[in-house]
Amino acid sequence: MSGRAKAWALALALSAVPVFAVQPDEMLADPALEARAREISRSVRCPVCQGESIDDSNARISRDLRIIIRERLVAGDTDQQVLDFLVARYGEFVLFDPPKSGANLILWLAGPAVLLLGGGIAFAAFRRRGKVPEEGLTAEEQARLEEILKR
Amino acid sequence: MIVELGHFALILALMVAAVQAVLPLWGAQTRNGALMGLAAPAAVAQFLLVAAAFGVLTWAFVVSDFSLAVVTANSHTLKPMLYKISGVWGNHEGSLLLWVLILALFGASAAWFGQNLPAALKARVIAVQGMIGAAFLAFLIFTSNPFWRLQVPPLDGQDLNPLLQDPGLAFHPPFLYLGYVGLSMAFSFAVAALIEGRVDAAWARWVRPWTLAAWIFLTIGIALGSWWAYYELGWGGFWFWDPVENASFMPWLLAAALLHSAIVVEKRESLKSWTILLAIMAFGFSLIGTFIVRSGVITSVHSFASDPERGVFILAILAFFTGGALVLYAARAGAMEAKGLFAMVSRESALVANNILLAVAAFVVFIGTIWPLVAEITSGRSISVGEPFFNAAFTPFFVALAVILPPGAMLAWKRGDLPRALRSLAPVAVLAVALGGLAFALQTGRSALGPVGAMLGAWVVFGALRDLWARTGRSGDRLGRLLRLPRADWGKATAHCGLGVVVFAVAAMNAWAVEDIRVAQLGETFPLGRYEVTLKEVREEPGPNYTSTTAEMVVTRGGAQVAVLHPEKRVYPVQAMPTTEAAIDYGFLRDLYLVIGDPQQGGGWAVRGYVKPFANWLWGGALLMALGGLLSLTDRRYRVAAGARRVPAGVPAE
Repeated sequence: MSGRAKAWALALALSAVPVFAVQPDEMLADPALEARAREISRSVRCPVCQGESIDDSNARISRDLRIIIRERLVAGDTDQQVLDFLVARYGEFVLFDPPKSGANLILWLAGPAVLLLGGGIAFAAFRRRGKVPEEGLTAEEQARLEEILKR
Repeated sequence: MIVELGHFALILALMVAAVQAVLPLWGAQTRNGALMGLAAPAAVAQFLLVAAAFGVLTWAFVVSDFSLAVVTANSHTLKPMLYKISGVWGNHEGSLLLWVLILALFGASAAWFGQNLPAALKARVIAVQGMIGAAFLAFLIFTSNPFWRLQVPPLDGQDLNPLLQDPGLAFHPPFLYLGYVGLSMAFSFAVAALIEGRVDAAWARWVRPWTLAAWIFLTIGIALGSWWAYYELGWGGFWFWDPVENASFMPWLLAAALLHSAIVVEKRESLKSWTILLAIMAFGFSLIGTFIVRSGVITSVHSFASDPERGVFILAILAFFTGGALVLYAARAGAMEAKGLFAMVSRESALVANNILLAVAAFVVFIGTIWPLVAEITSGRSISVGEPFFNAAFTPFFVALAVILPPGAMLAWKRGDLPRALRSLAPVAVLAVALGGLAFALQTGRSALGPVGAMLGAWVVFGALRDLWARTGRSGDRLGRLLRLPRADWGKATAHCGLGVVVFAVAAMNAWAVEDIRVAQLGETFPLGRYEVTLKEVREEPGPNYTSTTAEMVVTRGGAQVAVLHPEKRVYPVQAMPTTEAAIDYGFLRDLYLVIGDPQQGGGWAVRGYVKPFANWLWGGALLMALGGLLSLTDRRYRVAAGARRVPAGVPAE
C-alpha cells in the first residue's frame, strides 16, 4: 500500500504544476499519424495515476509517454511496436487492453462461457419442468366468449 | 460537548441495532408477539440516533470544528457553505455515516410503511436490516470513527479535494447510496422469505417497490456522476469503466434484472428461487462495491484513503451476509416450487433471457474489474483492464438485450406468438433501418457505430411505443384507452424508451464528437465543426478559496453569434491543485464544450473545443428510465396495498 500511497503523493505533487492532458505542442502535423497516436494513448494507462489513460492524464510522465509514442510513430514503428516498446519499459501494467493470450483468455472467454452456461441451465430447467398443457377453450366456453364479444 | 453527544448517539445506535437484529428474529421463531413488536420501534430509534449523529457531524463541518480529525482533513474556513455541508460525505468516515444513515432510514421505512405485512415477515425483515446496520455501525465506530478528536487542533483545515468542490458532490453520493443501500431491503426480504420458506405473489408485490425505488435512485445517482465527470474533468468523457463506476453499475444491472424477474413472481408465481438469488446477489454487489471503494485493493480515481484493516473488516461483512444468505438459499431454495408453467415462447421466457443477459453483462463487468487483482495474486503479474476490454466484452450483451427487448415485451404471458409480435413490429423495424440509413448518409466518416446506434435506439424506442399502442385494443376509442392504461404500462414504455435514447446517445457521442486542440492567440478565430470560436480575452479573477484564469470565448455560426462562454482554470492554493472548469453551451442536438489551458511560451493559450452531439440525450434518457420507474412505482396495485383491505398504505420511499 505504501508504494501506492507514494505514487499518489507523487501524482499530486506533479499535478501541482499546471499541465493539461494532450498539449497542442505535442501534436504531430500529420493528421493520420496524430490520429494513430491518440488511438494508442487512449489505451495506455498512466503509470502513476489512479486508473486514467495517458490521453486524459495531467501527470508529467503521461506527457512524456505521449511524446515517446509520437517519436516512435514518426520513426516508422507500427502501433504494435510502439506498445511493445512501452511494455518493455513500463511493464504490462500500462496496457488497458490486456493481451488476449495465456491466462487472460479466461478474462475474455468468461462472459460467453457464462452466457452458454446460463442459457443451458435455463433450457434444462425448462425441459425438466415439462410442457404447458394445451389449454384451448371448451366448446361451451367458446360459445360464452362469443356471446360476450357480440355484446 | 455536542460532538461527544453525536459520538454517544452513534454508539447507542449500535446497541439498538444489535437488539433489533436479535430479539424480533427470536420472537418470529417462537411466535412471541411482544418480541416481534420490538422490531418497528427499534428500527425507528436506530434511525433517529444515527440521524442525530449525522446532524452533529454536519454541525461540526458547518462551524469548522477543527478539533475533529475528519473536519481538519477535509474542510477549510474559507470553503463555501455548500461544500462545507456536502463535504460531510466527501470523505471516507462521513460518507460511511451517510451510508449507515440511509440504511437505518430504510429499516425505519419498513417499520412505517409495513403495517400490512404479516407480523412474522415484518419482524424478520427488520431484524435482517438491523443485522446489516449493526455490522456497518461496528465498522464505522471501530475502524472509521468520524468523531475522533485531535489532541492539538490546528488553526485551519486542509481543505476538500478541489475536484469534489462542485454541486455534484451534494447530489451524486446521496442518490447513489439511496440506491446501493435500498437494495438491502430486497436482500432482507429475500432472507426473511428463505427463513420462512415461502415466496408468493404477495411477497413479490412487497419486494418490488423497494427494488424499484433503489433502482430509480441508482439510475439517477449514476447519471449524475456521469454528468459530473462530463463537465468537470475537462474533456467531455462520461464513462470510464473505472472500478468504482463499475461498482455502481453492477448492482444497477442486477437490480434491473431483479425488477423484471420480480414481475414474473408477482404475476405468474414462477422464477421464485432465481428471484431470491438475484436479490441476494444485487445487495452482495453493493457490498462488493463498498469493498472496492474503501479497501484500496483496486486503484481508482474515486478511492478513499486505502487501509488494509478496513478492507478486511468489509470483506468479513461481505462474507458473512452474502455467504450466510447463500447457505440459507442452498438449504431452502428447493422449497420454492414454481406454480405458473410457461411455454418456450412466452413473456416469461423473454424475461428469463433478459435476466440472463443482464446477469452475464454484470458478470463481465465484475471479472474485468477484479481481474487485475486475480492476476496479481495468482501469477504476480501487474496488469490493467480498461476501456478497450469493457467496450469489446460488454457491448455485445447489451446489444443483444436491445435487440430482443421489443418483441419480448410484446409476447403474451404463458404462451406467446412470436411471428405475430414480429409482424406488428415490422413497421418499427423499417423505421429503425431508415433512421440508421439516414444517419449513415448524413455522417462524414465511415464509422458504423453511429448508424447502428441510431438503428438500435430507434428499434427500442419505437418498439416500446408500438407495444403501448397495441395495448389499446383493436378498435374504438383507442386514444382514450391509451390514456387510461395502468401506470405500470406507461412506466414500462417510458423506461424502455429511456434505454433506447441512452443507447443512441452513447453511440452518437462516441461516433460523432468533434475535437479541436490548439494554441489560440488573443483575438484569433478558429473553426470548430460548423462553428467559429474567437478567443476574446483571458483574465485573472479571485474566487472564494481559489484563483481563476477565466477566458471569454465567442462562438458564432455563419457570422451569427451562438454563445459567449467563459471556461476557467482554477488553482486551489490550500491543496495546490488546478482544476479545469469547462464552459458548456447546452443544446438539444449538441453541446459546445470549451476548455482553457495554460499560457504558451510563444504567446497565446492552449484551448480545447468539442462539439458533443446529443449529449443531453444521454442524461435525458437516464431520466426517462428513472421516470418510467417512478410511474411504475405509483401504479395502482402498489398504492392500494397488496392484498389488504385496510387503509391503503403509501408506497415506500417515493
